[in-house]
Amino acid sequence: MPGALHRVLFVDLARHRSWVEDRADLYSESLGGAGVAIELLREHCPERCDPLAPENPIVLAVGPLTSLYPLASKTVAMFKSPLTGNLGESHCGGRSAMALRLAGYGAMVIMDRSPTPVYLSVDAGGVRFRDARTLWGMSSSLTAGRVMLEREGGAGHRTVLRIGPAGENLVTYAGVTVETYRHFGRLGMGAVMGSKHLKGIVIAGNGDLPVADRGAYQRTYRDLYTRAVRSPAMRKYYELGTPENLGPLSAMGALPVRNLQATGYGTEPPLEGEALAREHLGRRLACSHCPTACIHLAALREPHPEAPYFYKTTFVSYDYEPLYALGTMLGVEQPEDALRLLDVVEHLGLDAMSAGVALAWATEAFERGLLDEKALGGLRPAWGDARVYATMLECIARRAGPLYTLLGEGVDAAAAEYGGDSYALAFGGLEMPGYHTGPGAHLTHLTGARHSHLDSAGYAFDQEDMKAGQSRSPKELARALLTEEARRQVLSSLVVCFFARGLYDADTCVACLSAVEKERNWDDLMALGEDILRRKHAFKAREGFEFDALRIPARTLEVPTPLGGLSENTLREAISEVERLLASGERFSHG
Amino acid sequence: MGKRLRVVDVERCVDCLLCAFACARRFGGGGLAKSAIAVRSVGGMERGFVVVVCRACEDPPCLAVCPVGAIRKVEVGVRVDADRCIGCSMCVEACAIGAVQWDAVERKPVICVHCGLCAQYCPHSVLAHEEV
Ligand code: SF4
Ligand code: SF4
Repeated sequence: MPGALHRVLFVDLARHRSWVEDRADLYSESLGGAGVAIELLREHCPERCDPLAPENPIVLAVGPLTSLYPLASKTVAMFKSPLTGNLGESHCGGRSAMALRLAGYGAMVIMDRSPTPVYLSVDAGGVRFRDARTLWGMSSSLTAGRVMLEREGGAGHRTVLRIGPAGENLVTYAGVTVETYRHFGRLGMGAVMGSKHLKGIVIAGNGDLPVADRGAYQRTYRDLYTRAVRSPAMRKYYELGTPENLGPLSAMGALPVRNLQATGYGTEPPLEGEALAREHLGRRLACSHCPTACIHLAALREPHPEAPYFYKTTFVSYDYEPLYALGTMLGVEQPEDALRLLDVVEHLGLDAMSAGVALAWATEAFERGLLDEKALGGLRPAWGDARVYATMLECIARRAGPLYTLLGEGVDAAAAEYGGDSYALAFGGLEMPGYHTGPGAHLTHLTGARHSHLDSAGYAFDQEDMKAGQSRSPKELARALLTEEARRQVLSSLVVCFFARGLYDADTCVACLSAVEKERNWDDLMALGEDILRRKHAFKAREGFEFDALRIPARTLEVPTPLGGLSENTLREAISEVERLLASGERFSHG
Repeated sequence: MGKRLRVVDVERCVDCLLCAFACARRFGGGGLAKSAIAVRSVGGMERGFVVVVCRACEDPPCLAVCPVGAIRKVEVGVRVDADRCIGCSMCVEACAIGAVQWDAVERKPVICVHCGLCAQYCPHSVLAHEEV
């Protein structure tokens, strides 16, 4: 049946062939999104393969709610990460999810390597392989994207995914830019595309989606929409966007500053959401089917460096995480400077977070004499010096010399060679996000299946505990984090945006699914969430992950959090409990 | 008199397409094949959007060009008689603002009926359903 979710599109880049397989089995068992993607990854990624070898597949998957409900706007990508050497998973909105589903596919599996650079043009009729030799080597991912869209023309609602120079040069944390302002940012999907000689993917879709119960669908939709536009939980993303977090995190002393040597600003913090909106907000955008429009674009007006009375206005999308990584973490406090760095990583196609943390480590290592000017190619990194950081980002993307090559493989790789691992801020191989709120945050970074703050949002538990003036035992914390991570497997299998996690409570998920597909109850969905999480960990174990081998950077223990100093023993106790609960097979999400 | 759909404040459009999804839901299901409303960027998303809806012409070119008389005028706007329509897509060409959408699944035009459902679902008050 055309348009059915269980149609999986396979692409063989080596032979320039594509075909569709019916995987109703997978979708009926695992919903879609993350649940289906982990199975497709397990099936098609050979054990212990090199993440940059042709064998490493890229899986893109959407779910049963995609394009049917507000905020069901994300695509899940899975691959083996060249940065961590293990599970790579990243979620992205824009128009990607809508286009893939309305083109009539539930998932796409991209395999092997093309002999020469190509981009893919995908629609309901299948895949066309387009010559991308002219686009390869372009200095900006944005230009390449525009060219692909213009060349494809055509009808339908279109999305464009592409990599920049960083992905082509296999920087292990190269990201993929979607439309102009969204990303499969973390864990190096851009490098995997680069290794496949795959410059980009254009997907056009304009199909119909039948639903199981039309009346129930209309009612559920109306109710959800009304709550989405009225909900105070969404207001935060609606008005100022995620940078609204910066002020409060600074005030509580949880905002990493200058490679986590400090945790906030005494007075008014720089780069704070309200001031950014007042001075720079130029336009707001939404992912398809999202009423919230959390995408905030700053209009950066700059004089031409030489010609008088020439100006250029650049639009830069800003969010909390990139502002932390390329702003406070580097001591960059002028909004214009931080925005300029955000723009640089956008063109180069780097993950802003890993790039910022790598630069922060390099700055401190330079100050402490571990790196000299010669290794740095004549550059002298200094907190707040956006100009030197912009040049360093170019060097990383171009892999200029041994130091920048290592910096392009993450702080762990750089510290292994040059030392300074006590302040190399990565967990499970992934550079730290902007939360030093307490044990919960760092346990998420350590135990989350992809080591992302979004896996189980420990920072939210820390903030709850702060408010309540309580603390949880390591065991309680472990169970709470796993329960949240399991719930998020349900959300990312449906697939809905995590910002809407408050909206998509148990009853809502059940009602939404029942109207469009078939009746399921929440307890079964949570059991499935646990199962998906265990399947991810089984994949990780297969690829060599060990909880015991996790490194806890000393800096995170030395610098107090708002909940006090962290002890390694407590963290290890919680990690063991996570490992035990996962291995036991028992239901952890109730009781 | 009837009500007409109008774009009142396009600067607030965020390209969420909730209007287009609402339009398609008139027929009960999801997706966008049956949406009569289109949102396009003006050369790059940062420059903003145009929202294309039927203007309910006094003397509709779409009607005039139809070779089989499948389009007739109603109080506000036009209606397509799908049984008569031969799928030639001349109406698509005739509308200068591009308000005749094309349902590639059914191979028939989709034209706004000015019901106002999209305006109810636009979260940013871009659209209004007004007395004419
Ligand atoms: S579809 Fe176009 S031509 Fe026809 S009535 Fe509407 S605006 Fe006029
Ligand atoms: S619903 Fe409103 S804001 Fe969203 S695309 Fe349509 S006109 Fe624009």
